Amino acid sequence: MTERPIQKFRLIGLLLLLLMAFLLDLSTGSVRIPAGKIMKILFSPPAANPTWHFIIAQIRLPKACAAVLAGCALSVGGLQMQTLFRNPLADPSILGITAGAGLGVAAVMLSGGSMATLYAIKELGVSGSWLIITAACLSAGAVMLLVLSLSRQLKDNVLMLIIGIMIGSITFALTSVWQYFSDPEQVKEYLLWTFGSLGGVTGAQLSILSGVIAAGLIVAFLSSKMLDALLLGEHYARSMGLTTRRARVIIICSTSLLAGSITAFCGPIGFVGIAVPHIARTIFNTASHRILIPACCLIGATLLLLCDTVSQLPGSQSVLPINIVTSLLGSPVVIILLLRRKNLNSW
Amino acid sequence: MSNDTVLLQTHGLQTGYRSGGKNIVVSGALPELELQAGRLICLLGPNGSGKSTLLRTLAGLQPALRGTIDVPGIEAHKPAELARKISLVLTDRVRGNNLTVQSLIELGRYPYTGWLGVLDEVDKGAVEWAIGATGIHAIRDRKAHSLSDGESQKMMLARALAQDTPILMLDEPTAHLDLPSRIRLMRLLHQLAGQTRKAILLSTHELDLALQVADKIWLLEPGGKLHQGAPEDLVLNGVFEAAFAEQDIVFDKEAGNFIMHAGQGRPVLLTGEGAVFFWTQRALRRAGFTVVPPTTSAKEFSPADMLYHIRISDNITRTSWLLERGGASRECISIAELLQAMV
Repeated sequence: MTERPIQKFRLIGLLLLLLMAFLLDLSTGSVRIPAGKIMKILFSPPAANPTWHFIIAQIRLPKACAAVLAGCALSVGGLQMQTLFRNPLADPSILGITAGAGLGVAAVMLSGGSMATLYAIKELGVSGSWLIITAACLSAGAVMLLVLSLSRQLKDNVLMLIIGIMIGSITFALTSVWQYFSDPEQVKEYLLWTFGSLGGVTGAQLSILSGVIAAGLIVAFLSSKMLDALLLGEHYARSMGLTTRRARVIIICSTSLLAGSITAFCGPIGFVGIAVPHIARTIFNTASHRILIPACCLIGATLLLLCDTVSQLPGSQSVLPINIVTSLLGSPVVIILLLRRKNLNSW
Repeated sequence: MSNDTVLLQTHGLQTGYRSGGKNIVVSGALPELELQAGRLICLLGPNGSGKSTLLRTLAGLQPALRGTIDVPGIEAHKPAELARKISLVLTDRVRGNNLTVQSLIELGRYPYTGWLGVLDEVDKGAVEWAIGATGIHAIRDRKAHSLSDGESQKMMLARALAQDTPILMLDEPTAHLDLPSRIRLMRLLHQLAGQTRKAILLSTHELDLALQVADKIWLLEPGGKLHQGAPEDLVLNGVFEAAFAEQDIVFDKEAGNFIMHAGQGRPVLLTGEGAVFFWTQRALRRAGFTVVPPTTSAKEFSPADMLYHIRISDNITRTSWLLERGGASRECISIAELLQAMV
């Protein structure tokens, strides 16, 4: 068995890559801070260079952390969905939870002008971002509960897949109806949210998000044995002693926590959930979730950090929305990977 | 373990499934069924007679409509408990998912490994044994999706063997295999039943192979009635014929297989013996003739002059067929030539 040390070596390599991407992300932006200085800034009192310290500690570090969290969460969620539904195109948004979060956000943003109470809430000191996040969490949670309660009654994962997609499109339709009857100004605000942003998560929000993501990742890692069994399909999984309904509930729970919270805090971020599991399988050449889950975390986080770095458009003041960058940059990568493998049989 | 150790027993079992609140009955009330250690049972029956449903019900993959299934040693039919008693080879196509043959077989140890699924020495030993028993050392590092049907079936059998259960059930394991692979697989299962004292239940359409390897046959009729017994008994008492009764297909008790070209063609007298006789008879049947024994008097047929009589002369140097009709005769040196001459 020479496989294990090689896999460990690859994981360590990816970890180093992640650290480099993290430093690179911290150093780029409208103000360039040399990567070598960053360590010094992080571990020295603010007095040394107050401006740089403020930029790093208050803006770039939270943003990079959000990128890491989102990268881990979306790629592990994607891996779980692809295995559960045995479908290479599945990603966390397939259960409709992302659309659910979108509905919550639309509800807040689009009704904002008409509701006096909302204004009152804002006046009381609850900031807009908290309100949006709460609404997104609540409505993602509601969709998740709906999906979970349906999943307990269904025998078949394929039915679950279709129902997830249907719930997603109902939710999306509701959001569209709301958009249709809203002022252009408010629709614009909502559209901006759909571009996704890693920069909006700061302070207390970041710690809440990290807590939820950590919980989701732990559940995902603990379910890696179940996911392995599901690779052979539900019948075989059951014959090997897996209680398939319970496994489905646990896996959907974990994905919902991961994808729902990221969408609520950062907006919808596409592509990462589909692509990263494929990249991980190609690099590690394995199907074992014990290895693929940490691999997805490392690759997803690195990828999102790189995308965030690119989105700063080095040398310019403007920033591209993260959702656009992930798709623009990532899709060709996946196409190249798939072309080299030539068949989807081995996904 | 004695020969009669019962590993699974059913009482008043009825199979089927629920659909829209209604019970769709697949089989009638089945007789009491038993799986015994070291015995190979073949489950036969026409398409749609409920073989797979019965197999899945016994394996605990779907609930029975009525009746009970007792597996000594376990109380509740929880998947985790059943997994240590019954292993399966299903018709479900296993997609690659990037699994190597080795790691797919290792999944068979699922019921015994801890929460992360790490294999210990016992698990590794079981995997090695399963790979050895099925003889797939050469393909263990290949990807599961790259295998041929025969290799794939062996891999799935190895996975089931690694699960190390007293009962092994296989749903149409010989489907998609070529003839030599089918025979090898059946022989392997027969040997495994003897060597490992496993109770093996397999559903199949391979009547002749089943007749050769099965210790017992369960024969499902389309209506859901089940006959059981030693294969030879079922042949002799006509159960086989009845179960597969179709207008144009006849079960030949003497040969133990089905005749495709039954029916009343023009009669032909055939004299000869051995393999040449057998294959000449088959060729004539295919061409639409009915072979009558040479003892039959030519007078029973009319008009007598239309009757062919074929005499086979078979010796070491050459085989030939003498075709006679109404005084004229012709010697043919191959069956193809013989059939040509008879048109």
